[in-house]
Amino acid sequence: MNRGLAQDTHTQGFRPVEKPVEEYALRLGDDALVLSHRLTEWLTRAPDLEEEVALANIALDLLGQARFLLGFAGQSTAQDENLLAFRRGERDYRNALITELPNGDFGHTVIRLLFFSVYQRALYRALAGSADTALAAFAGKALTEVEYHVEYAAGWAVRLGDGTEESHDRAAAAVAQLWPYTAELFSSDELVGALAAEGVAADPAVLHAEWSEQVESVLARATLGVAPTTTWRPGGGRRGLHTEALGYLLAEMQSVHRAHPGAAW
Amino acid sequence: MSAADPTPAASGAARTSAAPAGTVWEVFVRPRRGLSHQHVGSVHAADAQLALRRARDLYTRRGEGVSIWVVPGGAISATSPDEKDPYFAPAADKTYRHPTFYQLPEGVKNL
Amino acid sequence: MAVMQERVAQGRTDVPLDLEAGFEALLAADERIEPRDWMPEAYRATLIRQIAQHAHSEIIGMQPEGNWLTRAPSLRRKAILLAKVQDEAGHGLYLYSAAETLGVTREELLDALHNGRQRYSSIFNYPTLTWADVGAIGWLVDGAAIVNQIPLTRCSYGPYARAMVRICKEESFHQRQGYESLYTLAHGTPEQHAMAQDAVDRWWWPSLMMFGPPDSASAHTARSTHWKIKRHGNDELRQRFVDLTVPQAEVLGLTLPDPRLAWNAETGHYDCGPIDWSEFEAVLAGNGPCNRQRIARRVSAHEDGAWVRAAAAAYAEKHGHRGEDGREIE
Repeated sequence: MNRGLAQDTHTQGFRPVEKPVEEYALRLGDDALVLSHRLTEWLTRAPDLEEEVALANIALDLLGQARFLLGFAGQSTAQDENLLAFRRGERDYRNALITELPNGDFGHTVIRLLFFSVYQRALYRALAGSADTALAAFAGKALTEVEYHVEYAAGWAVRLGDGTEESHDRAAAAVAQLWPYTAELFSSDELVGALAAEGVAADPAVLHAEWSEQVESVLARATLGVAPTTTWRPGGGRRGLHTEALGYLLAEMQSVHRAHPGAAW
Repeated sequence: MSAADPTPAASGAARTSAAPAGTVWEVFVRPRRGLSHQHVGSVHAADAQLALRRARDLYTRRGEGVSIWVVPGGAISATSPDEKDPYFAPAADKTYRHPTFYQLPEGVKNL
Repeated sequence: MAVMQERVAQGRTDVPLDLEAGFEALLAADERIEPRDWMPEAYRATLIRQIAQHAHSEIIGMQPEGNWLTRAPSLRRKAILLAKVQDEAGHGLYLYSAAETLGVTREELLDALHNGRQRYSSIFNYPTLTWADVGAIGWLVDGAAIVNQIPLTRCSYGPYARAMVRICKEESFHQRQGYESLYTLAHGTPEQHAMAQDAVDRWWWPSLMMFGPPDSASAHTARSTHWKIKRHGNDELRQRFVDLTVPQAEVLGLTLPDPRLAWNAETGHYDCGPIDWSEFEAVLAGNGPCNRQRIARRVSAHEDGAWVRAAAAAYAEKHGHRGEDGREIE
């Protein structure tokens, strides 16, 4: 078998994507990939055997979304999903920080998933009407998955918040810890602004209004009160400025792939 | 797979200790429209909503269903095997209830 | 009459004869025994032990492969492995559900796993040292499991047989993906090939041990065969696995680590070298490379999750077990 050509494309490093819509897709794809990784870490550690199945379901859904979005992002530069996933360093990753924070207890995972999937549902609803037809078709399909993630996270948030004193305290601590990180999901910049104006991307301000209402309604049902007020709004992920945790996540995720340059799997 | 380890604890004596209320839910799945729900197994959950969600995750991973019922295990009334004969034997006699009981003349179709 | 002789031999006169005769008649007619039927206590105990061990194996079996989930070298392989490990959790649940129809609770069975009163398959006490181990497990371990499990779809106990039908349907994808993964490695770079060969070298003998000790040394075979829980001997199934697997290894371009492996035209089977049963006994006794880690992981997951389970129970207690809206999912 002549592997010469394959060798070349398989050993190349990452090159920045070209089109704005591809950069946008890279951000969304990295969110999905990194959070999928964190959920995957729960396998064999879940609080109930049924939850092993459920968490794997959600991790698989997000992984599937990441594969589409990374593939989409690499089109103009002829980079496939694996090149983008496994041969990009942390400074080139574009995920929001909330997705990369190390796992805490199950309450932390539930609250993060609640915050993220309510955001993602609003996002995909908007993108289902995107001027980019490929992105619109993807969002419409992925929406059904995310509806389920919201139901899962909201269901557990309510049970933990309104369960025992201990579970209430743990869930409340997770809300307090994660809340500041949600601001980044709705931050805009030149890229998003321009794409939103063209009807390709979703307008973060509109998403934020929808998100706040829905999340606060769940938190109320969960007896977790109103969201904490804080002026600390960590961000930077969309520009490749991450927490220290992402480097370890990628080192682990990419280790086998990077140890065998040019190999096919 | 056949390790020889007798487990005295996991036998008859344990049978009387029922799971806490609301723990075991029997799961019924409608495989597709037009068919009845069928029993497929059980899940553990503290309440019905959680049970439904878990049943969906466990028993329809490969698109095996379009609708799910969950029923608390204790809520099912069943015939006793001891009553087998009085309950079911009479039906076995009534072969005239089954279409195969009737012989049709050759050439008759759509009947 | 055989039933009568057995009853006398066991000194049992407490059970009305017609119940036992009814049970034997169902077995003889190759009918299924169902949960509410009368059954001998020893039949019930044997099934509980076997189904529980099988369920535990699925749950502990998530660990060796789960070890590579976060490092899978392509997104496609990651998705496949994630789906596979998820299936194992699902299979464990099908089996616990079947065991519960015999009058034990899952909690009791998990306790027995956690404190070592019940076992799981020894194969999962070996470590997964490289990515190739994931392929080798799929091909060899799942391959052996399928050979073991297909006859169980006709087991006399209805709920177990039905769970096995479901499991076998889903398992076939596991073995194929393992083989495909290993084939890719075996035909990849020299490093990948070496990794694949090393994995096969390490997993071959433990896979053969999965069928259990030789029939001559197996305590339960005769009775389980009469009860139609077991339909084939350990040695017969092991031989079937070897006969299926050797040609597959040739296509892979990998060797099996048994210099005495050879086709025997007279018997129509492959001959094998002797299995080191002392290793099997040691692993079974808890002294394999990973016994302690496997149980420790399972126990810590269970203990760490206690507050979550307590929360769900407390919530249901407050709001009624019907939940917020016990509705039908359409």
